[in-house]
Amino acid sequence: MDPGPGGAAAGGAGLLLPLSDTEQQRYSELFSLCCSPAPEGGSAPAPAAGGSKVGDLFRASQLPADTLHQITELCGAKRVGYFGPAQFYVALKLIAAAQSGLPVRIESIKSELPLPRFMALKNDIEMRYGNVAEIHGVKFQLPHPTLEKNSFKRSDEGDKKQETKSPPMSPMCSPPASPSNYQRIPLSYGYGKSRSGLEQPHGVSYEARHSTHQQDGPATGNYGSKSALVHSSLSRSLSVEREPQDSSNYPDDPWRITEEQREYYINQFKSLQPDLNSFISGSVAKNFFTKSKLPIPELSHIWELSDVDCDGALTLPEFCAAFHLIVARKNGYPLPDTLPETLLPDYLQQASFKPKRDCTLLDSYSESLPVSQQTRDFNRTELETVREDPTNSEPLILFDVATSVVEPKTSVEEMPDKSALTQDANSDDNQALNISTTAKTIPKDFKPSQHLSVKTVVQESNTLKARPRSRSYSSTSIEDAMKKGEEPPMPPPRPQKSHSRASSLDLNKIFQQNTQAVKSGWLPPPPALPPRPFVSQTEQVSEMELHPQMNRAPSQTEESSPTRKEILLTQPPSKPIRRKFRSENQMLENQELTPTSSVTSSLPAVKPHLPAQKQSSKQKRAIQTAIRKNKEANAVLARLNSELQQQLKEVHKERIALETQLEQLRPVTVL
Amino acid sequence: MAVCIAVIAKENYPLYIRSIPTENELKFHYTVHTSLDVVDEKISAMGKALVDQRELYLGLLYPTEDYKVYGYVTNSKVKFVMVVDSSNTALRDNEIRSMFRKLHNSYTDVMCNPFYNPGDCIHSRAFDNMVTSMMMQVC
Repeated sequence: MDPGPGGAAAGGAGLLLPLSDTEQQRYSELFSLCCSPAPEGGSAPAPAAGGSKVGDLFRASQLPADTLHQITELCGAKRVGYFGPAQFYVALKLIAAAQSGLPVRIESIKSELPLPRFMALKNDIEMRYGNVAEIHGVKFQLPHPTLEKNSFKRSDEGDKKQETKSPPMSPMCSPPASPSNYQRIPLSYGYGKSRSGLEQPHGVSYEARHSTHQQDGPATGNYGSKSALVHSSLSRSLSVEREPQDSSNYPDDPWRITEEQREYYINQFKSLQPDLNSFISGSVAKNFFTKSKLPIPELSHIWELSDVDCDGALTLPEFCAAFHLIVARKNGYPLPDTLPETLLPDYLQQASFKPKRDCTLLDSYSESLPVSQQTRDFNRTELETVREDPTNSEPLILFDVATSVVEPKTSVEEMPDKSALTQDANSDDNQALNISTTAKTIPKDFKPSQHLSVKTVVQESNTLKARPRSRSYSSTSIEDAMKKGEEPPMPPPRPQKSHSRASSLDLNKIFQQNTQAVKSGWLPPPPALPPRPFVSQTEQVSEMELHPQMNRAPSQTEESSPTRKEILLTQPPSKPIRRKFRSENQMLENQELTPTSSVTSSLPAVKPHLPAQKQSSKQKRAIQTAIRKNKEANAVLARLNSELQQQLKEVHKERIALETQLEQLRPVTVL
Repeated sequence: MAVCIAVIAKENYPLYIRSIPTENELKFHYTVHTSLDVVDEKISAMGKALVDQRELYLGLLYPTEDYKVYGYVTNSKVKFVMVVDSSNTALRDNEIRSMFRKLHNSYTDVMCNPFYNPGDCIHSRAFDNMVTSMMMQVC
């Protein structure tokens, strides 16, 4: 804006307001700020400054409210009802006067005054005026990250106040003038208002001192959006809820957690959950974080950011990240949309256990797909939990780590990390061997997991939480974890090739044919060998039919009763066969029962038994096949028997266990 | 692919509804509302059947000349309704199912947040991003 309207407008207001060039520049820029879309110049209400923006600006001057009222009255805005250029300029001059300690009078603005100072104006002012920027740079000596330092110093700003070279920030954080920083308004505005009355005398004297230094340029007004932060008010409010932080040396990244902060977070974690390797549940964390008095949507967002595995619970690194985000948010930092790299759980864990790790290595952690990252982070989380708690269900978790190692990720770090951590974690050699073996074996190898799961059945609770959440739609994630935790220690016995309850003859025959086809090659010799185990089984089988037979049953009386049931069940299918060849079979079985006599000997016995005729030969062959089939069926049934008996035993055990549990749980009533 | 995605609570009020052409939004809201009747019909038809993945996905609820409406119901009777444009080359059933699965996953993530009370409107940014990705695939 050219100085013309300024002087003319001021004249129009009834005042001859001499404005220096810098003043005019400043005022015009502030005016355009306040009525950004409006055209320049003119006298209509169109170029009037927006009331709210003007109000914000005036409040940013940190004058007490009544002073501002006086100013607005004097400048004529109240009279005319809007802030035209003239009124605005007069008002600015009056603000400058007030800030320099002069009484708010028209006369006071006649003299040469420094420029009014406003806190936390928009950055665009900086952009427009380069000289401003460099002045700004000189004055604003607190770079962006060191604001964190301020936030955690107990009360150092008192010293800062006195330093002339320190950035000319007033001790209170002022409400921002620009509506874009909406996030900071609710946080800081309250503080600004509350402290404005207190600090005003300090502020005025301070600024008066500075005003003598700063004749040039609107230095104070131009701060970055993050500059007007962080002062004793905030840190004190923090300390009310949390222990204050020691001074920390911050690198450039505000999202980096320092050691003191980490220790603090860990202590807080312990207060909520004594076990450092366990989780903080969602409700507990919610109550805790609600104490920070952040609005719920923001807390919700912070939770979203920090709970990377989305399990509704926070591990230690997740908790640290969440806490750090809350602290940063309270200090006025806008929340990021994605979790910063330095707050990733795996980063935090590495940082905690390997402080000397080079940052560049960690930067190579590409933020890959969320799913894979989740599993990777989670595996790492589990690894860490393993490390810290040796009594934890290590084998199972390490098995998961093996899977992550096998995956082609940032392998360089993972391998040394894993090896170092596993070495730390496992004092037990066996487990180290276990790791190496599992690392080498294919992750999908079923057996090791079974062995591992044997050990971890006892520590179900940890196992449950350590399980990565699986996506299943038929059950919740907890149910899945439960299912996995309750995996039986041994694999269920493999089902027999044949059907268990051979109720139909056909199936039996089919099976026998199959087995016969398979075993046709070696059929002749085996009848000699197997008789011994077979005898015992066949004894039982035949015993039920042919009671007056050998008394070998007593050797297996233990299983006799259940086997009898089994045998009885399998009796029907075999009976038809036997009935068919009863005459021959009975003879055959009688001969089979004798342990010494081989089946082959029975065959020649059979042969002379039958008339040497074609029919007899055919019958012989039929009988032989029948014998073979029977024997095979017997063998199969015997095997089946034993397996079913084992299952039965297990089921009995389970039943007993459940019954005892029920007894324990049942209240002592009802009798 | 989808032009409108809605998450309806158990009590049949919307938790989240978003459509791509921001004008004519009312038309989609109306469509979703009327599709709830069809959803309820399908749910009641199932009766006490075992709930499994297949039954969570309800399939095509009804087609109109411009678009088709697909439905999906979770175990807690939260309904997802998706309106897709008919002019697109026919989206395969599997694709619709996978989209619903992603929706369901994101919804469970939102539920896991302890600061989210079931029954509130969904304001999660992650959920928004996911929905945007599903809707912007075509446009």
